Amino acid sequence: MKDRSKGFNLETRQEALMREAYGRTLAELGEKDSSIVVLDADLSTSTKTSVFAERFPERFFNVGVAEANLMGIAAGLASAGKIPFVSTFSVFGTEKGLSQFKQSIAYPKLNVKIVVTHGGLTVGEDGASHFCLWDIAIMRALPNTTVVVPADAIETEMAIMAVAKHQGPTFVRLTRPKTPLVYEEGYRYSGHQLKFEIGKSVTLEDGGDATIIATGPLVAEALVAASNLKMENLDVGVINMHTVKPLDERTVLKAAVETNALVTAEDHSVIGGLGGAVTEVLAENRPTPLRRIGVRDEYGESGPWRKLYERYGLTSQHIEKAVREVLKMKR
Amino acid sequence: MVVFDRKSEPHDPGLIRKLKKTALSIRRDVLTMTTRAGSGHPGGSLSCADLLAALYFHHLRYDPENPGWEDRDRFILSKGHACPALYSALSMAGFFSREALRDLRKCGSILQGHPDMNTTPGIEASTGSLGQGLSIGCGMALAARLDRREYRVYVLMGDGEMNEGQVWEAAMAGAHYEVDNLLAIVDRNMIQLDGPTEKILRLEPLNEKWKAFGWHVMEIDGHDMLQILEALDAAEKIKHKPTVIIAHTVKGKGVSFMENQVKYHGKALTEDELQKALEELDRGGEGERQE
Repeated sequence: MKDRSKGFNLETRQEALMREAYGRTLAELGEKDSSIVVLDADLSTSTKTSVFAERFPERFFNVGVAEANLMGIAAGLASAGKIPFVSTFSVFGTEKGLSQFKQSIAYPKLNVKIVVTHGGLTVGEDGASHFCLWDIAIMRALPNTTVVVPADAIETEMAIMAVAKHQGPTFVRLTRPKTPLVYEEGYRYSGHQLKFEIGKSVTLEDGGDATIIATGPLVAEALVAASNLKMENLDVGVINMHTVKPLDERTVLKAAVETNALVTAEDHSVIGGLGGAVTEVLAENRPTPLRRIGVRDEYGESGPWRKLYERYGLTSQHIEKAVREVLKMKR
Repeated sequence: MVVFDRKSEPHDPGLIRKLKKTALSIRRDVLTMTTRAGSGHPGGSLSCADLLAALYFHHLRYDPENPGWEDRDRFILSKGHACPALYSALSMAGFFSREALRDLRKCGSILQGHPDMNTTPGIEASTGSLGQGLSIGCGMALAARLDRREYRVYVLMGDGEMNEGQVWEAAMAGAHYEVDNLLAIVDRNMIQLDGPTEKILRLEPLNEKWKAFGWHVMEIDGHDMLQILEALDAAEKIKHKPTVIIAHTVKGKGVSFMENQVKYHGKALTEDELQKALEELDRGGEGERQE
């Protein structure tokens, strides 16, 4: 019998908005550093850059519903020494501003931070027109670009602070709804104080049988899966790969050697995102039995995000099933 | 510090002569470089040669020994394919050696096929994918305002480039933010890659379009050096809105068999054509000197 109350349980977990953590952190950073400027494309009350805008109106630029210009203005500000944080929904920032992000920002290595909200299926009811299930894949393919996907609101704060110090084009992907907190206040997990470092994954659970490498809100699902599998006497590790690029290859390979059975999990297409990044490293260095959790080459549809997670195979149960499959492959 | 700062020099016949001669040198460089490279965009480089001569050898403030000098004026070549003309101007201004011009478009060269701000001293923005320069310029102009700096931002665009939606996004933003330290120049040579601009995608009435977007609009003959200098000065006096100069030019200007020819948008001259063109430019240059 499974006793779900003892392990990592979504029902008892507190939830919080990554977007709120972002807006708050941005305003705090703006207090300390006058070179921080913020740009938005008519979504500031949703992306929460409005918090910064209220405190520092002279350093906030709402450029209207014009994402190409959004990226270009940020490039100009950055080339004059400013640190622009640019926000909109992922679908608009990634798709409508892509040419400008590439040509005007990433190619010349300008210090612009793109922080998008409404990533993945968490957009929910707005449906396929508002999903961008390939943003990680697209951004990861661009040279000079760092890609960060925080797991919860607490990690969002850490990530934004780290990204502000980090030099160079950076893409940060947040969610729309409140999502379960993985961490405890002050970036702790199971009582341990952690440190957020771009490019360095966080091993949340050790495990000898298999390892789940997850990013974004799927980290919480992975923890639930590992916790449930423990009750079946399966020892499954969980790595939070909050930086998809540069990928923490050492930790991926270490997990491959130690458990020889991997599952990647992300709220993103299975093509080119975390699953793609991990399989690339493994295929070239240490072919390892692996299953990818993600949306399987579809555009998605409207619905509450939790329901969509069930429908498109992104829940802890799907991860558990993938772990069992990968364990079979290993034999 | 070797700051070039000659904006206040009077627009006398001596200056005009000197700048026309410089424009001629830019034209010679453009043709020689692109023929040597075997590719490039001579037509639209020739059409903006006079504008670049006026900017880099009279109007702009910069320090070739310190290209990152914070108070420099910024010039963005949004029509990045005309970079042979800009490279020529930058080399004459002392940002890099004249020898570098020989390696345009070659592997390992500091002179890329389109401008690269991290590779070439003096290049302010990486451009080439059309439509992006005005947005960047708008950002720089806003930065100048935040930092209370006096520098001005100049963006040269092609007329074919006006097809890009982003130009009009930036036009709205420039007027909205009232960036009067931003000057756009349109190299109105009437020809884009596939043909005449009015045949491909009608731009006229272009003046009224910019006006409707909230800009102060000036129209000049983009090959009349005095008109160029006067317009650049006049633009500085316009407050609370950005200014655009529509510079009427001739694609392929200076070489009779290239003028107004669509095919020289993106085609380098052969060696024989180059010799003919250089001879003609020399004759034209002599004509200027006799004026």
